[in-house]
Amino acid sequence: MSIMKKQLILLSGGLLLTGGLLLSGAGALYGQYPSGDEVMDRMDRNMSSENRVMTSKMIIHGSRTSRTIESKTWAVGDQKSYSEYLSPPREAGTKMLKLEDALWIYSPSTDRTIQISGHMLRQSVMGSDLSYEDMMDDATYQDNYNAAVIGEESLRDSECWIVELNAKTSDVTYQIRKVWVDREKYIPIREELYAKSGKLLKKTELYDFKRNGNRWFPGRMVFKDMLKKGDGTEFIIESIEFDADIPDHIFTKASLR
Amino acid sequence: MIRFLFKGLLRDKQRSLLPVIVVAAGVSLTVLMVCYISGVLGDFADFSAKFSTGHVKIMTKAYAENINQVPTDLALTDVSVLLDEVRKEYPDMDWVLRTQFGGLLDVPDENGETRSQGPVMGISIDMLTPESKEPERLTLDRILVQGEIPDSPGEILISDDLANNLEVKPGDPVTLMGATMYGSMAFYNFIVSGTVRFGTVVMDKGAMIADISDIQAALDMYDASSEILGYLPDGYWDAGQAEIIKSGFNSKFSDPDDEFSPVMSMLTEQSDLAGYLEMVDAMSFIMVFVFVLAMSIVLWNTGLIGGLRRYGEVGIRLAIGEEKGHIYRSMILESILIGIVGSAFGTIIGLLFSYWIQEVGIDISGMTQGATMMMPASFHAKIVPQAYYIGFIPGLIASSVGTMLSGIGIYKRQTAVLFKELET
Repeated sequence: MSIMKKQLILLSGGLLLTGGLLLSGAGALYGQYPSGDEVMDRMDRNMSSENRVMTSKMIIHGSRTSRTIESKTWAVGDQKSYSEYLSPPREAGTKMLKLEDALWIYSPSTDRTIQISGHMLRQSVMGSDLSYEDMMDDATYQDNYNAAVIGEESLRDSECWIVELNAKTSDVTYQIRKVWVDREKYIPIREELYAKSGKLLKKTELYDFKRNGNRWFPGRMVFKDMLKKGDGTEFIIESIEFDADIPDHIFTKASLR
Repeated sequence: MIRFLFKGLLRDKQRSLLPVIVVAAGVSLTVLMVCYISGVLGDFADFSAKFSTGHVKIMTKAYAENINQVPTDLALTDVSVLLDEVRKEYPDMDWVLRTQFGGLLDVPDENGETRSQGPVMGISIDMLTPESKEPERLTLDRILVQGEIPDSPGEILISDDLANNLEVKPGDPVTLMGATMYGSMAFYNFIVSGTVRFGTVVMDKGAMIADISDIQAALDMYDASSEILGYLPDGYWDAGQAEIIKSGFNSKFSDPDDEFSPVMSMLTEQSDLAGYLEMVDAMSFIMVFVFVLAMSIVLWNTGLIGGLRRYGEVGIRLAIGEEKGHIYRSMILESILIGIVGSAFGTIIGLLFSYWIQEVGIDISGMTQGATMMMPASFHAKIVPQAYYIGFIPGLIASSVGTMLSGIGIYKRQTAVLFKELET
């Protein structure tokens, strides 16, 4: 699973699930690059969990002002998530439910539950550098990409593998992805998303990794839509609980109202 | 002499009727072409001014740079102050707030959940202030298909095709989902008061018109607006006047170092319109030039044929002692008379047709199915001063030159062989 997808799942309530990928090969041999699948699988295993409950803060640095949006998210796997926005007042009470490939938003000011589809999926989420479409992308990297390690680089004191993911079909939005994966902890440090032309479209940097049980997890992420003005969107995880007890009724449309 | 020739032309239909018909036909087509192309350009400019560009438009510098995305987050703020200032500075002009926006129009079922929805582009105008000229400017009463023009806050008009696709009728509630000028999600409930047919494929596919105050509330644009549009005093586009206003405004209000300072653009400078109008203008000039040239060749040929047809007549006139120069001059004078009469008739006919197309228009909506550019559904001709004289260029000059060339042969004829020629 790609980093961008993981981060998007974070936003929509998910964390990092792979869809049951298995380690495909032995570890890296000295002087050789490991296979792309192996690096991606180990990274996914590190960051995956059955479910999670998280409170987070999204700081959107726009061209005019910066805004902070707080939310609480409940998620199971990468298919189900439920978010409630807590502040600021204009957003407070807005709820979002994602069930597989469908997304609903409840707006308290209009008392309406609206299904998001079509071109609206390409719109920015709350003015951030992420689109609903990005959030909805729950295919595993193996569904859409071929992975290969193309090099290594030292990045923010971490020795990283650079994994390049090339789209298998032309209808995939981001035709090329590059992921910098820490060689020791198997955590993603950076991801870049490219168009077919090679133009950089989006960039994500992950910071403040903390150990949580047997996994390392980022405390802060910075998303940047390279085609948008502004200084990007910061996503700060204030608290996260893995393998929590989440009642099923949370993931129903009835819970939106 | 002229009277004599004129009588001769009238009495000899072969010498006058056909050439006059040919000249008149060519001239009328030339006049029609000039009027139609002028009308098409005018229709484009007028349509664009009314719906999106105004004669001049005030935006922030950042908005102007990204105008194709209609970014409400780059809108003008404190617009009431700016509006007061421009109204004071240019009191003869009509200044209005406009905000264009995009979003999703969602129709609820009985449980308040999505029944149908579709993408929508919107224009917000001042529909509710009694003295507002905006409903008239957008000819809302003429484009209304069902229902009524909004007269209360919270009411909107949507395109009739969109209403059919969403299965919405006047009186039904809908929700607009979009983004506020600060990037947050925006939800706002409206009542569809009526449906309209814009006559442009792009807008008929999915557009709505809302009152500016509703959109300010919906998109969190308190005292903000994406654009301030200005219309010149008599309502007609005048590039010179607009240029003076633009220069004056920008030197007084605009700060090149501040991307949110207001900047004014003229109609012809906005989006793709400038390039398009220039292209159409250049194309129309080429078309008129080629057409006038073609008509000139046709009418020249008519002059030539006329000259050759009268080979025998010229021979007799030479044989009875008329001077070659006199024959040549009289033939040229005849062709000038034919040219004047034909051009006058042709111009009148061309102007009559142009007037008809000016009033009725030609419906081109069938040809613009699927067009992605906003353009009028029908084009009209426009009678311009040029139309009164342009036809005389091919009509008068070309036919006379044709006669002059064919008449050169008169000087080559020898009196000694004339009778022999006439016997055959």
